[in-house]
Amino acid sequence: MTYEPIVSVRGARRRYGLFEAVRGVDLDVRRGELLALLGTNGAGKTSLVELVEGLAPADAGEIRVLGHDPYRERARIVGGLGVMLQEAGFSSDLTTVETMRLWAGTLARPRPVEEVLDDLALTSRADVRVGSLSGGERRRLDLALAILGRPELLVLDEPTTGLDPESRRAVWRLVRGLLEDGVTVLLTTHYLEEAEELADRVAIMRAGRVVREGTVAEAVSAEPARIEFLPHDGPGAALTLATTDLPVLPGLVAADVERGRVRLRTTSLQEDLEVLLAWARERGLRLEELEARSASLEQAFLSLAQSADVDEEVAA
Amino acid sequence: MTTTSTTLTAGGRTARPTASRTRRLLALARAETLLLVRNRAALTNALLLPVGFVGLFGLLGGVGGDGASGADVAAAVLVMLLVVALIFVVYYNLTTAYVARREDRVLQRLLTGSTTRVEALLAPALPAVVVTLAQLVLGYAAVAVVIGPPGMTNPVLLLVAVLGGAAVLGALAAATAGFSRTVESVQLTTLPVIVLVLPFAGMFPTPDVGPLSTVARFTPLHPVSELVLLGLNGTDAAGRTLSFVETFGAAALPTAVLVGWTALGILAARRGMRWAPRR
Repeated sequence: MTYEPIVSVRGARRRYGLFEAVRGVDLDVRRGELLALLGTNGAGKTSLVELVEGLAPADAGEIRVLGHDPYRERARIVGGLGVMLQEAGFSSDLTTVETMRLWAGTLARPRPVEEVLDDLALTSRADVRVGSLSGGERRRLDLALAILGRPELLVLDEPTTGLDPESRRAVWRLVRGLLEDGVTVLLTTHYLEEAEELADRVAIMRAGRVVREGTVAEAVSAEPARIEFLPHDGPGAALTLATTDLPVLPGLVAADVERGRVRLRTTSLQEDLEVLLAWARERGLRLEELEARSASLEQAFLSLAQSADVDEEVAA
Repeated sequence: MTTTSTTLTAGGRTARPTASRTRRLLALARAETLLLVRNRAALTNALLLPVGFVGLFGLLGGVGGDGASGADVAAAVLVMLLVVALIFVVYYNLTTAYVARREDRVLQRLLTGSTTRVEALLAPALPAVVVTLAQLVLGYAAVAVVIGPPGMTNPVLLLVAVLGGAAVLGALAAATAGFSRTVESVQLTTLPVIVLVLPFAGMFPTPDVGPLSTVARFTPLHPVSELVLLGLNGTDAAGRTLSFVETFGAAALPTAVLVGWTALGILAARRGMRWAPRR
């Protein structure tokens, strides 16, 4: 696999009046990968993605998409680009298949309309006016238009927002199929499960900056793992321990006890778990409801979002 | 290497073709035609209003004045038909279409693809111009039967009248759409242009006093009626009958006025048109 960047963003900035939505972002999307751009609402995801799509010029920095400036040389890349906006509309008086044919007419090498309708489970809705489609069906039609032109780079802004769990999984299957065909995907989402499911790499945005980037494992590696249990004595009676009763755990970063439940945060899950289990066996304790988990993306995301709140309070 | 497949060129840059401009515009215009046919209000404006207007004002009110020849009356009816068609089929319906496509976020979607802004504006204009031309042709046949055939001195000028009038009003429609928030508000926002343009368009005789008739010649639609009268019976602004060759000379001023208004309209559209709803 080559690491040729399909999207390369260096020092990108974008302002709306006094508000700077994108504040110096560096980002690469490599050929054939899926990069998930995460962030809370207002973090600047859509503003950044619009720069990549060439829909707006950057106020500073350099952006290359498929080898060209996506805004000034848009005509040279648009044939290789599939875009799904967060909010784009349809004429509600056209049917599903008429909307597809209209879009196909603007493309050089469209895929067969019937085939794409079938991929998105819209065949039975082909002759229905778009105004009568459900929200999920419209979102699928959105995606159908984005992939109709066999794009090399697909930019999906919150593609599964508003979809039911089943449709969401269908979209995931479809995106995985596109990745297998070699399509490069830049996707924004606030469903962390979606990023864990699909992404080769994630980039987490906060207040206009990318604050963490890497594989899902890399993005969460800085976050401590957690261990939780309810201590009981040998005969089975619940015990309330103080944190000082616990053995010395080398990786421990935080510990608390709430209504008898012991909660630990550790940077060395395996070693500390061993110590803890040995300690429990020596004392004849039972660790009921024992849970030991590596950090999840959600946890990493939340801790970054919370530190953002602190930053902003400090700044204010 | 073919032009339709993705081909690597020197330096690793890739040519990524899109559909030809013509094919793109035809696909867009085809969808716009479907939308026109399915919108009862727009279809009524396009098909019935011009005919009804001519019926009401033209045949009942008396056109061309007393003692006018059949050919002059027939020409006056066609002027009225074309002006009303340009106002409602082109100006009013196009303003509505631009606002509707913007508020439905269709323009935003089109601009994510290879469609340019000019193409997005031209697409709904194509069926409107076709309908206007068809009305003129059918209107010619109708007045030929009912009143008597008007002349056909210079058909080129008739085409210039239709296309020039459509260009002026199409550009003004895009400008008007810029300050129309909803499809309903178009009923109000199109009024100023209609009220200012219609009385001087040459459908009704302008009182021949002072500078008024001179000023009228420079309003956006007056050149359309001048060109139609020249094209049909070869009648110039002073009422003289000209030959085929002479009509070209007489058409210079009205054509220049149309070009000027089109340029102004495009400037206004560039400043005024918006491509996404206000948030």
